[in-house]
Amino acid sequence: MDAYTDKIKEISKKILSEGKVDVVIGFRKGTLGYMSEPYMAKSEKDAENLVFDCNCRMNLVNYVTNRKDKVGIVVKGCDSRNLVTHIIENKIKRDQLYIIGVPCTGLADKKALLDLAEGEITSVEDDNETITIKGDGFEKKVAKKDVLQSNCKTCIKRNPVIFDELAGAEVPELEITDRFADVDEVEKMSADERWNFFGELLSECTRCYACRNACPLCYCPTCFVDESRPQWVGKSDNDTDVLTYHFLRAFHDAGRCTDCGACEAACPMDIKMRYFTRKTIKDCVEKYGFETGMELEQRPALDQYKINDPNEFIK
Amino acid sequence: MSEFEPKIITFLCNWCSYGAADLAGVSRFQYPPSMRVIRVPCSGRVSPKMILSAFRKGADGVWVSGCHPGDCHYISGNYYARRKFDVLNEMIEYIGIEKGRLHFSWISSAEGVKFAAVAKDVIETVTKLGPAKKFIKKLPEVA
Repeated sequence: MDAYTDKIKEISKKILSEGKVDVVIGFRKGTLGYMSEPYMAKSEKDAENLVFDCNCRMNLVNYVTNRKDKVGIVVKGCDSRNLVTHIIENKIKRDQLYIIGVPCTGLADKKALLDLAEGEITSVEDDNETITIKGDGFEKKVAKKDVLQSNCKTCIKRNPVIFDELAGAEVPELEITDRFADVDEVEKMSADERWNFFGELLSECTRCYACRNACPLCYCPTCFVDESRPQWVGKSDNDTDVLTYHFLRAFHDAGRCTDCGACEAACPMDIKMRYFTRKTIKDCVEKYGFETGMELEQRPALDQYKINDPNEFIK
Repeated sequence: MSEFEPKIITFLCNWCSYGAADLAGVSRFQYPPSMRVIRVPCSGRVSPKMILSAFRKGADGVWVSGCHPGDCHYISGNYYARRKFDVLNEMIEYIGIEKGRLHFSWISSAEGVKFAAVAKDVIETVTKLGPAKKFIKKLPEVA
């Protein structure tokens, strides 16, 4: 991972000094050992702070929405697909961007790291195979594949789709056998079981909207939860309101979600809201053979149609 | 106890299905009176928000009807609607609302007979399921 960090610094310094970009959006070390934070490097000196490791769970595409200047941005495979969606949806122009692609070997699950630690974590080192957690009086090594975020286990595109420069050699893509196992499991339940399952899943939600704010797809000037005339969703933590919020958020992301996992990583209550978005991904893949953000010419799944789309559910 | 009569919110597109409802009425076709019709310009206008809103406020069923594919007054509104409804329909079932509360149909303005038949079918299906219990927003009970 240090090789990635060095390369990102090198590229950033180069494009900043040549004046190709006004700012490089990347990650820097967070105040907690197992977190990183978004960072805007505006000078060569700033660029020294940039890092990349298994704690870079955020999706930086969130920060390029509607920017007018030229930006360099560090993207993982999933983020690059969001960038494609952004370009298609006219949220940024391709020629404003200098894309530093990171061939990604997955991110570490925040909760898994915390569970392993025997105290406060001061640093997390990642060499693509093993993760070393260091803290107050303990040091632990763990295989990276054992602490991966769940979305990284079913990742279909680890290498960036579009980029100007890569921060390392491309990595082999994963071979996934059962991509939607979690969704299938829920679908097998009866209607009442599913209802209870989702009631349980969302019971802790405090409606802080961290998942919405972490998501690059959620850029509407007025979100449906803030609309008041008419008011579609109540603002309380009433069960129905919470479910309506998560349902509609997932629906708005249908055909656009790349399963980057930023929503779950941002959640302070560890709610697995990807059960909703993954269902929409599954439907788009199975019904329309559609994968989000793979090419610049393809509109999102719900923004296009074919004459022979499935019609059986309509009388 | 009197027999359960469901409340069904029906979204009809102005150009086809609303005309069909009109024709069914003018032709005196009989169907149960359990639905409340909302006229929309196109089935593509119907947003998931509206459908969820109906359920939240206690509708026992929702039925959306538009022009046949290829006949849309706005050329492609119902094609977009079809994709939207397909994903929505899956999601509604996925979260645990019973199959058969949400219905879709294509009915042209010449199909008064089909309108009455589908209306009967929708109302029967929802009546069998009984009153909706899920996804209704209840106000907190104050002692």
